[in-house]
Amino acid sequence: MAGNLELLGSVLAGAKDEGRAALVGYLPAGFPTIDGAVDAMTAMIEGGCDIVEVGLPHSDPVLDGPVIQTADDIALRNGVRIRDVIRTVGEAHARTGAPILCMTYWNPVDRYGVERFAADLAEAGGAGCILPDLPVEESEIWRKAAEQHGLATVFVVAPSSRDERLAKITAAGSGFVYAASLMGVTGTRESVGQEARALVERTRSTTTLPVCVGLGVSNASQAAEVAAFADGVIVGSAFVKRLLDAEGDTEAGLAGLRELAGELAEGVRTAR
Amino acid sequence: MSSDFFIPDPEGQVPSAEGYFGAFGGKFIPEALVAAVDEVAAEYEKAKADPAFAAELEDLLVNYTGRPSALTEVPRFAEHAGGARVFLKREDLNHTGSHKINNVLGQALLTRRMGKSRVIAETGAGQHGVATATACALFGLECTIYMGEIDTQRQALNVARMRMLGAEVIAVKSGSRTLKDAINEAFRDWVANVDRTHYLFGTVAGPHPFPALVRDFHRVIGVEARRQILERTGRLPDAVAACVGGGSNAIGLFHAFLPDESVRIVGFEPAGHGVATGEHAATLSQGEPGILHGSRSYVLQDEDGQITEPYSISAGLDYPGVGPEHAYLKDVGRAEYRAVTDDEAMRALRLLSETEGIIPAIESAHALAGALDLGRELGSDGLVLVNLSGRGDKDMDTAATYFGLYDQRSDEGAK
Repeated sequence: MAGNLELLGSVLAGAKDEGRAALVGYLPAGFPTIDGAVDAMTAMIEGGCDIVEVGLPHSDPVLDGPVIQTADDIALRNGVRIRDVIRTVGEAHARTGAPILCMTYWNPVDRYGVERFAADLAEAGGAGCILPDLPVEESEIWRKAAEQHGLATVFVVAPSSRDERLAKITAAGSGFVYAASLMGVTGTRESVGQEARALVERTRSTTTLPVCVGLGVSNASQAAEVAAFADGVIVGSAFVKRLLDAEGDTEAGLAGLRELAGELAEGVRTAR
Repeated sequence: MSSDFFIPDPEGQVPSAEGYFGAFGGKFIPEALVAAVDEVAAEYEKAKADPAFAAELEDLLVNYTGRPSALTEVPRFAEHAGGARVFLKREDLNHTGSHKINNVLGQALLTRRMGKSRVIAETGAGQHGVATATACALFGLECTIYMGEIDTQRQALNVARMRMLGAEVIAVKSGSRTLKDAINEAFRDWVANVDRTHYLFGTVAGPHPFPALVRDFHRVIGVEARRQILERTGRLPDAVAACVGGGSNAIGLFHAFLPDESVRIVGFEPAGHGVATGEHAATLSQGEPGILHGSRSYVLQDEDGQITEPYSISAGLDYPGVGPEHAYLKDVGRAEYRAVTDDEAMRALRLLSETEGIIPAIESAHALAGALDLGRELGSDGLVLVNLSGRGDKDMDTAATYFGLYDQRSDEGAK
């Protein structure tokens, strides 16, 4: 069975047709519990997310700030395995029909087996993968497997990426391009600066792929600000924080996710 | 005649352009760090071609560090090594007390060439942190050192030394709270502050070019030792030995001997409580290939690619990865890697102290324990060269507790 790369493309195109940016939410699998993660992702989509990224928790999340590190630690203590992550992707897609991506560090994929990971993710109905510590130069083995199984390869670009590298990266990617709004790790920020707008403009000049912006976006007004110049707004830590703040109260946690997704969805619709 | 001090990768012993030693190495880093890592590589290539860089580094190594370091024969210690002759390369006598200063001074010069004003570093036992804080004081650079919380406790003396030198020391409370987590936190800092910050990486791991760059700055150890032992004994050693955590002192000693086919090259990893207990950090003996901290090498990990928590009595060896060139040397069979337990290392530490008046670091004591075995295997004609990578002052609290050296009465008096 081929992955849902095309579904991802059509959802992003649909948002564009509506004259708005898409809303992409992130949560790690295994958090708050292995089975509860699917409910959480469903709540995010019911609340207004168009796309969900499922994090594969890692023992050494070098690119994540304290909020996602905490969630990853909880997920790993819950005993989450790669097979659970793939099952979570599959169930979230089956329940909602939304495109679901996997986001993870490279070592778990390398260890699981690149071909096997791509095949299992596609079989479950996944739409693609974001591998932030796999630079384009090392990515050929993954891209071959992803292409064969109908999965998107979403590369991250950063404000420090020079123009010639942007062209090389976007030429190798598919689905969309993940533009990091700032130089730093994941986490909520007071403001999302002009760096992000400049990076989106530079990225657009190299590709026709949609460009979605992540890192630091946590509320409706930031989402609106970013949606004014990007094709999608990616929110992670703010969702994780809602669940952490609920301190194990499942209903309150899900309500918090729906509420935040609703506010952000409103934000991406009021931008222009 | 060229100097001993800075002879980067002669005879083509270099990684590929992509930073690979065989199947190991590479550059697995986030896009946000690519420009900075490429800048380090480019600046290093320029420095290698600049005679002024080599001259300035040599001046520092001679007049600040005190190189060349001595080569000391240890006959009373060697009586316990099957009668073989044992020589120690005395990196413990360098300024700051370990080999780490060799690499730090080289990278501090690179930092200045790149126009950066701030340096960050990770440290396990604190030796790299102390050396980095020292160089930052010397060069007038702002300095932040990341150290696992457990290590700040067991190496409290080095924390105080770093602060005395003007560095900020941040105790890292995530994960296993040891060296691996200190590196994670340093990478997080670097991503956010890369414009003005150089990450002064302390071992021969990490993304390309660090494994080659750090090695080149430590090659002086083996280059000197090879010349010294030829002068003293008229022949090459039968075996060279060093402890391996990340592997910087080991590669520094080994590299000059790689072309000498008659010389056995042996690295000693920490077996902790014994590899069978699972409480160890014997990455090359027990790990499997994977990616950690920017390169492919052997890694201690589970079947899902999660890094497993290492253990060693030695904070400097308590790391679940290892430099990619060691992984390559293991796989091609040029070097062998064995594991030494906490207890074996501590016995060797005490033996060297009592027979030769030299208190080694617990890290280096792993190599000494290994050398005792190598000597017995080689017999009375054998000649073993050991890298004494650091001195043991920092470990006195751990050692005194281990051997019960504290005065019971004064303990009680303090209560």
